[in-house]
Amino acid sequence: MLLEIRDIHVHYGKIEALKGVSLDVGEGEIVTLIGANGAGKTTTLKTISGLRSLTSGSIAFDGKDISRLPGHKRVLVGIGQSPEGRGVFPGMSVMENLLMGAYTRSGDFSKDLAEVFDLFPRLAERKNQQGGTMSGGEQQMVAIGRALMSKPKVLLLDEPSMGLAPKLVSQIFSIIKEINNRGTTVLLVEQNAQQALQIAHRAYVLETGRVVKSAPAADLLDDPQVREAYLGGALGQH
Amino acid sequence: MNANSKTHSGNPLTSFRRAVGGLSDGVRDRWAAAPGWARWTGYALLIALAVIAPHPAIGSFMAPDSHWPSLLFSPIGTFVLLAVGLNVVVGQAGLLDLGFVAFYAIGAYTMAVFGTKYGWNFWGVLIIAIFMTAISGIVLGSPTLRLRGDYLAIVTLGFGEIVRITAQNTDYIGGARGITNIPHPPTLFGVEFALDPLPYYYLLVAAVVLVVIVAKRLERSRVGRAWEAIREDEDAAELMGVPTFRFKLLAFFVGAMIGGLTGAIWASKVIAIQPPNFPFILSATILAAVVLGGSGNLPGVVIGAFLVAWLPERFRGFADYRILIFGAALVLMMALRPEGLLPARRRRNVLGNGENDAGAAATESGGTTASGDAGDKEVAK
Repeated sequence: MLLEIRDIHVHYGKIEALKGVSLDVGEGEIVTLIGANGAGKTTTLKTISGLRSLTSGSIAFDGKDISRLPGHKRVLVGIGQSPEGRGVFPGMSVMENLLMGAYTRSGDFSKDLAEVFDLFPRLAERKNQQGGTMSGGEQQMVAIGRALMSKPKVLLLDEPSMGLAPKLVSQIFSIIKEINNRGTTVLLVEQNAQQALQIAHRAYVLETGRVVKSAPAADLLDDPQVREAYLGGALGQH
Repeated sequence: MNANSKTHSGNPLTSFRRAVGGLSDGVRDRWAAAPGWARWTGYALLIALAVIAPHPAIGSFMAPDSHWPSLLFSPIGTFVLLAVGLNVVVGQAGLLDLGFVAFYAIGAYTMAVFGTKYGWNFWGVLIIAIFMTAISGIVLGSPTLRLRGDYLAIVTLGFGEIVRITAQNTDYIGGARGITNIPHPPTLFGVEFALDPLPYYYLLVAAVVLVVIVAKRLERSRVGRAWEAIREDEDAAELMGVPTFRFKLLAFFVGAMIGGLTGAIWASKVIAIQPPNFPFILSATILAAVVLGGSGNLPGVVIGAFLVAWLPERFRGFADYRILIFGAALVLMMALRPEGLLPARRRRNVLGNGENDAGAAATESGGTTASGDAGDKEVAK
């Protein structure tokens, strides 16, 4: 497995946000983590990318233990993240944001930029616009494009559909699928379970800091409990 | 822009603010677009202006009620150098430091102690002073830079007070009486450093030029880009592979060195220093200079420091009312130009749009952002 998370516990002060989460992400997969607000999805991602430290448990990437590696070094081993709420640098242009994504690399980025602009033609049109003046959807594109600029082996996406118009949501999801087709492993955190399960290979359901279910995504789409809790219940069948 | 100001012309303050903003933005944009030779001419003219500034003809207008060359050294020159230093911390790395005076004090005390107790040469002590303040920047930064925003501000404020009160209670460095008989710098190129403020003023000008060059080069380097990323979104910067803690420490380190340099030069001029020379209000005033001038933009910061140092002296003729008038001038300037007189280009745009501010704040607290939703409809088309 590319990414192996074993029984991680994470605390915010005295509050235990993750109470022993274990999950695996294999090379080439799209794995999605679904669950309600406060279930611990974002905390899980932040712990993988090193923004939060864990109390116990372990995270292994590519066979190496990275549990204690500082966040900025995890970029070097191949973890890229598009953070919750997009985290675009508001005062930098689109181009500068993308180049920030390649901060740890040196050399010629023109090929990588071309690839990002191919995925998001909109960004090519707006290269010189300031990140902070763009719409939510465009900022999401910048955040994903920026994460790709570090050439990650696994791309962590935190709620890419949050706050976007429905039409744009499906566009973002098809781009995520395309990124995966081009060879990048994806770990996707989503509240929009329906869409996430449709593009993912496997899924984990998180509830109050624990994994309560893990299965191939297609199975969860038909799972009555999951339908009830996350997919709008019986209404979805009409 | 013009169409906008027409629709909002109801409020005179708003339209006046736009006029002032348009003027200073125009200056800055024209400067940004100027060719290389024009800029070099501009720099040369500025240095020439600094060189002829002490002339009595200029002094009679700038400070009719005081000794102009003395003012040019302190507070004007020292404020400018301190502000350039604080700008590295506040303007570039975005760390709110309310205790900057501590470094100024440590620089001054280092100069005083080594000069009086060991009789070391000014230039040697200057280097030691810079080294000492750099270390103190690390000492302050290592435990505190894990804090953010308001918490960092409070801790740095405490540090400033600790340094002053420690000086007050340490007999070795003179306690409340401070240190007297600090030696002047040795004669340099035939210029004698004694009571005349002019040589010290030129020494400060040289220091400012040197420090501005270093600061500008840092700003344009990888380090500058890392600081910018940290200032705009620290978590995102870490995710880009920027060692945020190390770079924040570096900002404290560089800022502290500049503060220490200023303190050391100042101490060698004034002969005697005492703990009350380093009050909290000095940190606050330098911070006001940075913000007033345009945090993050060196020309703006220099102008801000000049105004904050010069205005109270210019109003000396008003006797007891001068600080009142100074305060009113500060309030007026911030009302007319909240982003600073000459803000950094990007900063202006970021702060100019309230919606983005709200979005950034929500991101930091981990909340959901709804800003920009209106724009998504456009994208979807």
